[in-house]
Amino acid sequence: MLIKKDIIIVGAGPAGLAAAIEAKKRGRDGILVLERELSAGGILNQCIHDGFGLIRFNEALTGPEYARRYIDEAKALGIEIVTNVMVQDISRDKTVTAVSPDGIKTYKAEAVILAMGCRERTRGAICIPGTRPSGVFTAGVAQNLVNLKNIMVGKRIVILGSGDIGLIMARRLTLEGAKVLAVVEKLPYSSGLQRNITQCLDDFEIPLLLSHTVTKIEGHERVKGVTIARVDEKGNSIRGTSRKFECDTLILSVGLIPENEVSLNAGIVIDETTGGARVDENLQTSVPGIFACGNVLQVHDLVDYVSAEGEQAAKAAVEFIKGRGEAASDITVRAGSGIRYVLPQSISSGRDITFSMRVTNPCKNKTIIFKDGDTVLKKRTFKALNPAEMVRIDLKAGELRGVLNMEVFIDG
Amino acid sequence: MDDSREIVCIVCPNGCRMNVVINHDNNKVEMVENALCEKGKAYARDEIQCPKRSLTSTVKVIDGVLPLVSVRSDKPLPKEKIREAAVELRKIELQAPIIYHQVIVSNLLGTGANIIATKEVSKR
Repeated sequence: MLIKKDIIIVGAGPAGLAAAIEAKKRGRDGILVLERELSAGGILNQCIHDGFGLIRFNEALTGPEYARRYIDEAKALGIEIVTNVMVQDISRDKTVTAVSPDGIKTYKAEAVILAMGCRERTRGAICIPGTRPSGVFTAGVAQNLVNLKNIMVGKRIVILGSGDIGLIMARRLTLEGAKVLAVVEKLPYSSGLQRNITQCLDDFEIPLLLSHTVTKIEGHERVKGVTIARVDEKGNSIRGTSRKFECDTLILSVGLIPENEVSLNAGIVIDETTGGARVDENLQTSVPGIFACGNVLQVHDLVDYVSAEGEQAAKAAVEFIKGRGEAASDITVRAGSGIRYVLPQSISSGRDITFSMRVTNPCKNKTIIFKDGDTVLKKRTFKALNPAEMVRIDLKAGELRGVLNMEVFIDG
Repeated sequence: MDDSREIVCIVCPNGCRMNVVINHDNNKVEMVENALCEKGKAYARDEIQCPKRSLTSTVKVIDGVLPLVSVRSDKPLPKEKIREAAVELRKIELQAPIIYHQVIVSNLLGTGANIIATKEVSKR
């Protein structure tokens, strides 16, 4: 039996919840949110630290508190959220197949919003040599075990990767009584926010070893130690700089990957740099009527912008169902020198658009320039730019009038 | 004598790198530069005179649908009390149900800060 819905949202994390609420407020009733976990909220449920919502709510909420605001609002609006159900397939014609303990259900939606979030890169992705003992965790898994399941992961811990989750976990594990020996980062700068280095590492005198990596894992049943070496500019370990840390646990915080397996089945074109769908200014993917938002589109550092993206996708999905928003977005946006990626990848002219991007390297007092051929459309100068911090720049319809081909780059 | 020091603001993810001018004779903050907001300026002043941090952690729950409830301090604690406070929280066991924003510990370690639940945990 085919169950008909207006909008199906895959994932009830911050992006999916914000999308559902926005779609409902815009008058849509047939909204269904499908969530794999037992409860809504997504990764926020295990992010018990604070700092969420400063932009949206002007206060520092914890993850569960931020999620609760949206879950409560969704409930009050009567939005249908089904948990413990896994979407197996989405087809080009927006047929969604989902599996739960109740069996398989097939839905037909007028629009689909992808909000599946991301997952972590693992040891396999970075190829650390050595034995394969227990005691190697990704930071998010360690966070889940410690914060939700009351399972402590180890006593003497080394963390590889200085992304925000790694930094947050360094503090968390210290407060739970573990000794965090060091946070090791291959790059010459941290990939986490500066405020987390201050409050998670400096406060607890945990050393941050930049330009270092783990070159070997030892131990059979359990991790016994790891070897750390300095790396050169190319990331290759330098002979004679090795030292061994005796530890029982290695935690990896080495990057996040948008979780797009079902998107691929639908034939959605994925951007090689972001790992998310290629989208236009409506956050519409290469398949008409399928939209993407949140970490499945691009990995964010602030949840506030994830919620904003969810709302933007919902607004566009509602317009799509009404038969509007069909303008061809055939102007390509290219990331030029100094910019790793820019979103959306294609636009149409004549409307206000928020561009989000990340720079390739940390730099100071640089200008981000939007150019159409030889014409400069917009310039914005920043005191400091950091790959860990997403940059968002708004362009007005007037600034984009008549644009044919857009490039975004850093001056100099 | 005046002296200046760079402090990275931890109030929000902007992470302003503030320049703080300190008068060493009375340990008073004379001026805070490069802060985008007033909260940042207040943080910089506190950071020189009496550094404070919010505490977030978990507390054990018996007979709950989850074994832990997440908690936070309702205001920042003196930085040097954070570790001791976390140790105190590890000793506590609560009986489910726990309601949202329930006070778990009041006036933790005499700091004036209460520890409150940041989620609800129903009875199993």
